[in-house]
Amino acid sequence: MTQLPTHTEKKLGLVIDLDTCVGCHACVVSCKGWNTENYGAPLSDQDPYGADPTGTFLNRVHSYEVQPDQGVAQLIHFPKSCLHCDDAPCVTVCPTGASYKRVEDGIVLVNESDCIGCGLCAWACPYGAREMDADQGVMKKCTLCVDRIYNENLPEEDRQPACVRTCPSNARHFGDLADSESDVSKLVAERGGIDLMPEQGTKPVNKYLPPRPKDTWDQIDILAPLLDPVAEEPKGFLGWLDKTLEKL
Amino acid sequence: MHPAPSIILFTVLSGLGFGLLFWLGLGFPPVTGFSAFAFFTIAYLLAIGGLISSTFHLGNPQRALKAFTQWQTSWLSREAWLSVFALTFMGLYAIGAVFFATRIAPLGWIGSALALATVYATSMIYGQLKTVPRWNHPTTPALFLLLSVSGGALLAGQVTYAIGLLALSGVLQAVVWYLGDQRFAERGTTMETATGLGNIGQVTAFEPPHTGTNYLLKEMVHVVGRKHSRKLRIISLALMVVLPVLLLLLPFSHALAAVAVLSHLAGVLASRWLFFAEAEHVVGLYYGIR
Repeated sequence: MTQLPTHTEKKLGLVIDLDTCVGCHACVVSCKGWNTENYGAPLSDQDPYGADPTGTFLNRVHSYEVQPDQGVAQLIHFPKSCLHCDDAPCVTVCPTGASYKRVEDGIVLVNESDCIGCGLCAWACPYGAREMDADQGVMKKCTLCVDRIYNENLPEEDRQPACVRTCPSNARHFGDLADSESDVSKLVAERGGIDLMPEQGTKPVNKYLPPRPKDTWDQIDILAPLLDPVAEEPKGFLGWLDKTLEKL
Repeated sequence: MHPAPSIILFTVLSGLGFGLLFWLGLGFPPVTGFSAFAFFTIAYLLAIGGLISSTFHLGNPQRALKAFTQWQTSWLSREAWLSVFALTFMGLYAIGAVFFATRIAPLGWIGSALALATVYATSMIYGQLKTVPRWNHPTTPALFLLLSVSGGALLAGQVTYAIGLLALSGVLQAVVWYLGDQRFAERGTTMETATGLGNIGQVTAFEPPHTGTNYLLKEMVHVVGRKHSRKLRIISLALMVVLPVLLLLLPFSHALAAVAVLSHLAGVLASRWLFFAEAEHVVGLYYGIR
């Protein structure tokens, strides 16, 4: 059913820390690894070892250079997957009801046996979170590893999305963002978590923690103020050499 | 956006077909018998041909019937229903006109309204998308409807109406291009809002997530072919509006009218190609491309 629920009991989602992400792409690999052999159609690759490889991924890591008004540029790695929006435009455009948002936990999923592969949901998503699988002709997207987080066959520490479980720098956090007492909600409150493209009105559940302010360069040597100033005008032989060379 | 030939053909041909049905339903021209058969055949071939061509871009067309289920939220689903309703009502009206030389006027009126509603639903598939600022505006359905009715008037041989409507659609097309060129900037979606990093400084894409291309870039960040867009706009306006109007102003002949129709069709195809090729999806910002 492509009508969005008016309310979801939980808002399961990710909190991604742009300060600690090192851009290793481990989350991309673990996501592809888990999701190509579990829920739904595999994530196919086309020409994987050839000259022009392409493939379906549910999670991708961009890297941006941000130039402040003063000081050096910052390099920020930016993982991006489905944000499981409260007002998900991808769901309402779906003509077949294949796309839906779950009432119990707010996860946005695709029922692949109903998907006709028209691609309109991917057009409606501002974040590029949906990719059509070129082999199966159905829309693929992040499931928040719905087949891990409730999976009682897995040890308890593995019952979180593959990307979160694998992240070596703890840049990814999973939890219920509707519960203001959850760890993720506290993290968002503490670090000033933000929405991507808020002007699109999608009300994303996933939040991004902005990079912490960087150190500045002016205090780099704490002994510097105690040292004698270096002579600015050369004297002696160097002074003579300097004047002579100036005259040439 | 990727200008897929199947979608361009679908929107142009079905737009023309439903435009012709609109005029036939209103009794312009008030045909019966064999000439009614000829007119309705052309209209149905265009409308249904367009609809069939739209299924060519589906990943799983064998499940296309499921697209009828979500009419409460989805314009694509509404379009499916409206096209079936329009074709059914017009079909009943056509049976009366062709076989019984009787035009059941109320059936035609309902059919005409449904034909326009179908074109409106088609246009709203694009017009609803906030992610493509160029499309997300009331002028998108307005132009789709006006082009459909103009092309329909041309096909229905309504010379006087066709001249006026074609001129009007030329003006609207120019307005659509002028306003559309500014809308992406107006909406205020930038790399800074996309990444949320704007309060640190100016954001530039340093490294993309993948070395090759992907579905998103192929489908939504189609930047090739915009190079000649200015020239194509002029060609499109000339073929879509100027030439057909000039031909209609000459003393009427079937040959000239046929040239006018073909010229209009070529012009609308060029316009629709530009509609997709020039449309910029906000997801491109994540790649630093529009």
